[in-house]
Amino acid sequence: MSLFRDRGIVLRGIRLGETDRIVTILTEEHGKVRAVARGVRRPGSRFGARLEPLTHVTFLGWQGRGDLDTLNQAEVVDTFRAVREDLDRMAAALTMLEVADQIAQERHAIPALYRMLAGALGALNERPSPMVAPAFHLKVLALDGSAPVLDGCVSCGREDVELVAFDLTEGGALCRGCRRGRPITPAALDIMRRTLQGGLAGVLSEPPSAVADEVATLATEAMEVHLDRRLRSARSGMLP
Amino acid sequence: MPAFSGPLQALVDELGRLPGVGPKSAQRIAFYLLKVPGPDALRLADAITAVKERMTLCTRCFNVAEGELCAICLDDRRDSTVVCVVEDPRDIVAVEKTGEFAGRYHVLQGALNPIEGVGPDQLRVRELLARVDAEGLTEIILCTNPNLEGEATAMYLARLLNPLGLTVTRIASGLPVGGDLEYADELTLGRALEGRRTVEA
Repeated sequence: MSLFRDRGIVLRGIRLGETDRIVTILTEEHGKVRAVARGVRRPGSRFGARLEPLTHVTFLGWQGRGDLDTLNQAEVVDTFRAVREDLDRMAAALTMLEVADQIAQERHAIPALYRMLAGALGALNERPSPMVAPAFHLKVLALDGSAPVLDGCVSCGREDVELVAFDLTEGGALCRGCRRGRPITPAALDIMRRTLQGGLAGVLSEPPSAVADEVATLATEAMEVHLDRRLRSARSGMLP
Repeated sequence: MPAFSGPLQALVDELGRLPGVGPKSAQRIAFYLLKVPGPDALRLADAITAVKERMTLCTRCFNVAEGELCAICLDDRRDSTVVCVVEDPRDIVAVEKTGEFAGRYHVLQGALNPIEGVGPDQLRVRELLARVDAEGLTEIILCTNPNLEGEATAMYLARLLNPLGLTVTRIASGLPVGGDLEYADELTLGRALEGRRTVEA
């Protein structure tokens, strides 16, 4: 039983009783933390909007004997306001929160995941790039040891052939002879390679296009195969 | 093995299923009901029966109603061209208490929550769009909760409604009256500053 201080991003909240909420925070040093914020739903609560999902906070928590911690104080690092006020960016941010929630484990710190999520939300806050969420998905796959093979056919291993298909159950791109899964265009393959091989800044400045949509679909599906579940936020139809 | 016999245990079990009522509270309420005079307990039973038999959802706005339309939709004195969109019938009570709104309502029966899998199809969105032309609406006030789900819902509706050529407004966010600036969070205070207005004394 102890007090602890950490920073993290609020992933989700569920109502508890009349005025409380259980919030899930992806922290830097304590992994995923689930904690009770007492009175947070009262209009005059000292927490205010600080524990809304999609908020970067530093907080003081109390770890008791049970599974749930208690939040004592929270201060805002960033509210990602531009993301909150744009439906497209919010949709992208919600899929990233859902992925982070699925990948992170309680009390098991993955500082890289926290830094990637904070960085991705910051990038999305700065500009409405359609590539932030797909790039985040691909980077998380790489972090989890499931980066897709993109430099040669994942099935026959040849590198001197044209890659025409993508199948994450196979582990990456496939040549014409081995093709399975979804067809992939050379432009989409190039974006995915640049994302994973040090060209992220250039990828994020890609304008909305058919190729960007293709990469987004491939990255979402690859993440769904990796998680072995559907990404609800990507399929909720919140973008009319 | 059940702690009490027959109907008393059934009552404890049923009360224990109510939100916020634990086993001990259920037991206490059950024994209270056992002790009070018959007519007092039966009034509660009658009230529950009446609510379940007579209350439905208003076919126009999806507020709770006794009959086809709710009391607000039946009131001719209200402005039928302005509709306030809320998440839940209880929000109507909150807005009505202000005495500041004289139009009609539309209850979405929830808010978009993509991470929990709640999309527009689970809400009364199509019915709202159908009301725009059918009732000649001139303004829609988006009065969903000022949290992530409510904001997402408001932005989604604004995107659908704006091309239809009517005024779409969002309720303001700001500091609670009687509150304290020192404890205000950045998001709320930021919005309060953005929504400031000139003071005429």
